[in-house]
Amino acid sequence: MTDLKFEDALSRLEAIVQTLESGNLPLEESLKAFEEGVRLARSCAKYLEEAERRIEILTKDEAGLLKTQPFSGEGGAEAGK
Amino acid sequence: MSDDRRIWTVSELTARLKEILEAQFPAFWVEGEISNFRLSNAGHAYFTLKDETAQLRAVLFKSKMRRVRFEPQDGLHVLAFGGLDLYAQRGEYQLVVELLEPKGLGALQLAFEQLKARLAAEGLFDAERKRPLPRFPRKLGIVTSPTGAAIRDILQIISRRFADLHIVIAPVRVQGEEAPREIVGGIQDLNRLGDLDVIIVARGGGSLEDLWAFNDETVARAIAGSKVPVISAVGHETDVTIADFVADLRAPTPSGAAELVVEEKQAVAEWLGDLYARLRRSLSQRILRQRERVEFLARRRVLTDPARPLRDLQRRLDELTARLAAGLAVGHREARHRALLATNSLLSHTPLARISSGAALLDQLDGRLHAGIGRRMERARDSLRTRVGQLDSLSPLAVLRRGYSLTRLPGGAIVRSARQVGPGSDVEVLLHEGTLGCRVTEARERDDRPQV
Repeated sequence: MTDLKFEDALSRLEAIVQTLESGNLPLEESLKAFEEGVRLARSCAKYLEEAERRIEILTKDEAGLLKTQPFSGEGGAEAGK
Repeated sequence: MSDDRRIWTVSELTARLKEILEAQFPAFWVEGEISNFRLSNAGHAYFTLKDETAQLRAVLFKSKMRRVRFEPQDGLHVLAFGGLDLYAQRGEYQLVVELLEPKGLGALQLAFEQLKARLAAEGLFDAERKRPLPRFPRKLGIVTSPTGAAIRDILQIISRRFADLHIVIAPVRVQGEEAPREIVGGIQDLNRLGDLDVIIVARGGGSLEDLWAFNDETVARAIAGSKVPVISAVGHETDVTIADFVADLRAPTPSGAAELVVEEKQAVAEWLGDLYARLRRSLSQRILRQRERVEFLARRRVLTDPARPLRDLQRRLDELTARLAAGLAVGHREARHRALLATNSLLSHTPLARISSGAALLDQLDGRLHAGIGRRMERARDSLRTRVGQLDSLSPLAVLRRGYSLTRLPGGAIVRSARQVGPGSDVEVLLHEGTLGCRVTEARERDDRPQV
């Protein structure tokens, strides 16, 4: 999913919620809408959670090539405070 | 010879020196380092301006203090403007300071303004150049000192918001000679990684000189040249640097920058959570409403005991039929009995002996007999009709037809008194046609109707 598709999905989800809240839909269609809404909500949530939590620091080797390694300064900085 | 010597008194000499000094040096700028700074009880500041080889006493009177926009202290290099004054009683001269400013600030300020004007003219600060931040960043680059307060503040905010972010720190010095070159390198290195969503260029608070690397032209151009949107977060809210003008977004502080990066994502995540909750609630309410309706209908007696009204009717019909039949039988038997009695009585009084007395009499008697029996039969029929009528009027069915109704408790007992029920009691009202399931809202034992 891209940000754009994500926002489409979010708008669709909002429309579904509003329709369901208005209570104008027959029960059967409500159930269909509900199922679609749950599907959208799950994929949106997954999209938001895709980023991984990781902290790295940029280093360079002798040849000047960029590398990253885990950053441990966080703990040190907090311990120093 | 000695008479020719011009002998000055100390006072004369001092007065002459004072004249010369004050005439020669009425107003000038002098540069030096502050030492022995002290405030008198009266609020005047006394200090010494010095350089490597000389010292100059100076006084800053309280009245001039207002115009000094920094706190003078020992060790500061300053530019002082004022005039010399000679204090005769102690044979000392001193600088009476009119203006005091930190040395170099004016020059820095000038450089800042000149660079700002030049870059603005180039269009580097134009609003159209500003790129929007990605709403849901995944990978964040930070150009800052790995040991400074800025990185600590940023990481703290991001971890407090539970934002999942891949963070890459480009470690640089953020003050000193090397700082601009390293900051430029950091921005370029992070750009070379190729997959960053946003870069924060950050430094914690400090003096104007401490923040000076962020007023460097090469830094400004590196920010402008970054393919990845850049947030500047330098110093405190009141500190404004060239980097702030050229960045896509200026954050008041490093913490503020971290919030800018994650707040949209967090807001959307919260909104999503809210939508999801509303989605579930709307359907469960819908189902709840339908269930209540079904339950309400299911509780109705027609459904719990559909045969009951029929059974009631059947029972009533049977009862009435039986009573009707019984009533009819009684009436009929009576009539027959009376007819028999009459016949017997007639027969017993038959004047057989007098039969011979004439057929006319017989005929007469015969006619009377018939008439009598006819009358009695007629009476019996009337009586039967009356009784059937009475029976009919006694029948609850007839009463109901006239608009009366019967009220019964669920158990079937007839309600004759308000004492039998209370508010909320369920009662069943039998009408001529149909029944009503009712709930008592009020039961008044006293009857306000006029007494008949």
